[in-house]
Amino acid sequence: MLTTKKSNWKEFIIEKILQFSALISIFTTLGILYVLISESIDFFKEVPLSEFLFDTQWTPLFSEKHFGILPLLSGTLLTSFIAILVAVPVGLSIAIFLNEYAPKSLRKILKPVLEVLAAIPTVVYGYFALMVVTPFLQTFIPNLSGFNALSPGIVMGIMILPMVASLSEDALYAIPYSLREASYGMGATKLQTVFRVLIPSASSGIIVSIILAISRAFGETMIVAIAAGQQPNFTFDPTVPIETITTYIVQVSLGDVVQGSIEYKTIYAAGIALFVLTFILNNISYFIRKKYQKYQL
Amino acid sequence: MNAGNLQLNRWKDIIFKWYGLLCTLAGVLILIVFLYTIIIDGWDRLNWQFFTSLPSRRPSSAGILVPLLGTLWIMVLTTIIAVPIGVAAAIYLEEYGQKSRFASFIEVNIANLAGVPSIIYGLLALEIFVRIMGLGRSLLSGALTLSLLILPIVIVSTREALKSVPKTIREASFALGATKWQTIWNAVLPSAAGGILTGVILAISRAIGETAPLVVIGAMLYITTIPTHPLDDFSVLPIQIYNWLSRPQKGFIENATAAIIVLLAITFLLNGIAIYLRNKWQSKVKW
Repeated sequence: MLTTKKSNWKEFIIEKILQFSALISIFTTLGILYVLISESIDFFKEVPLSEFLFDTQWTPLFSEKHFGILPLLSGTLLTSFIAILVAVPVGLSIAIFLNEYAPKSLRKILKPVLEVLAAIPTVVYGYFALMVVTPFLQTFIPNLSGFNALSPGIVMGIMILPMVASLSEDALYAIPYSLREASYGMGATKLQTVFRVLIPSASSGIIVSIILAISRAFGETMIVAIAAGQQPNFTFDPTVPIETITTYIVQVSLGDVVQGSIEYKTIYAAGIALFVLTFILNNISYFIRKKYQKYQL
Repeated sequence: MNAGNLQLNRWKDIIFKWYGLLCTLAGVLILIVFLYTIIIDGWDRLNWQFFTSLPSRRPSSAGILVPLLGTLWIMVLTTIIAVPIGVAAAIYLEEYGQKSRFASFIEVNIANLAGVPSIIYGLLALEIFVRIMGLGRSLLSGALTLSLLILPIVIVSTREALKSVPKTIREASFALGATKWQTIWNAVLPSAAGGILTGVILAISRAIGETAPLVVIGAMLYITTIPTHPLDDFSVLPIQIYNWLSRPQKGFIENATAAIIVLLAITFLLNGIAIYLRNKWQSKVKW
């Protein structure tokens, strides 16, 4: 009897230890919220929210200070838009090809090779954008600046390509084979089956992959920090230097900014803007995924 | 439907097939071009001096000893911190709290954390680890930051591995009179070990390539001393690469390229081990 009691205690303690480990993720979230909100409150005591949202200049590090997030937001949106323009059509085509057209042997070789693209560190992609892609683009876009939004955007697209391809592929793979057979039985070609049966059935999975890709592009830091120029311009011109929200945080972190100063607080204000954007996207994708799992065929 | 239409649709089908192949090969081709250019540009710089030298203001005498050791330190510390916590959390969610409200709340939370940009973790760490806990810009701060960052990856992949262990294994253990924890420790974890290890290695490989959060906590210093203690200041390979890339001299760009080769070699080695383990484990275990 004694041993049972002892082992009951042991079981109980172990369960509590495991539970505590699981709680660390909650603490992390609370920590992120606490840090971002507490530092931003100080920031917004000095800068009115209207200036933060609507001023078109971002110059906290200059003597004449402006605190408008719009230039950083336009930089983030521009590079992400270019990345999505590359990653989604190509990624989806790859997913369709590998799932519906490619012979099994070819698929077995190509899939791991594409996954290598996802394993490359982002700082290496930054190098490619700066040293390989920008000079290459300059050969046929002569007025392209050495730092610009186009080249990091494209490279970011290549980086998130495997993610879009693999998530879309999972969505296509989950469709029961009978749907394809029914379509072929009606005399449809593979292409017609893909566009009229498979993509509509897998649409929620594909949408999730696109949303996650956008969220990933918003948060990407090193590629833009290296190749986009760190100049907050309120523009949608992809050939000139820009700055994203993430890059600004890096720029301030590199400099000697006094802790507690308004410049220091700006990185938390920029951080909360980025966090809100990605938080909304991640939650949309999470709930689509949950709903989709429930009604899966 | 007339014959011409049918023919047209067949042609469209064939064209799309080739277009799909082209897209796939384009991805592969880009990878080859990238790898080719860095090897051409950086290979000559990879010599013994490069591996054993401290940082220097002259590109030709600078080396990666400090950041390389920093990366190895970070690898070890992050593994020690993130793996036990991540695996424990996964065991709790998968084996104990499966359908409870608490567990599903944690699950949503982990899904959310996995999507938080890495630079936000840097902001968190700057305030909590560097300032409030007073750890400064040390190896330990860096490892704690990266541990939080990879925790969702470790938890999700461990849960997948635990899920793939069939219920019968657990039932057999319970039938022999084992307690819940004895079952998990002696029956479930050994069966899931291969899958857990694969996930852990991939997560660590992600951590050592990470730059942004470490830049935010201030690891971008000019450090000329070898880190010997978890509370020492540090630099890591990605940060050294970024540092060299942001300098105008050509010699530093060449150094950056050579350091990229080293970083990629470590990353690919880890990924290769993970893939090998996954294949070996999948072929060995047949339920």
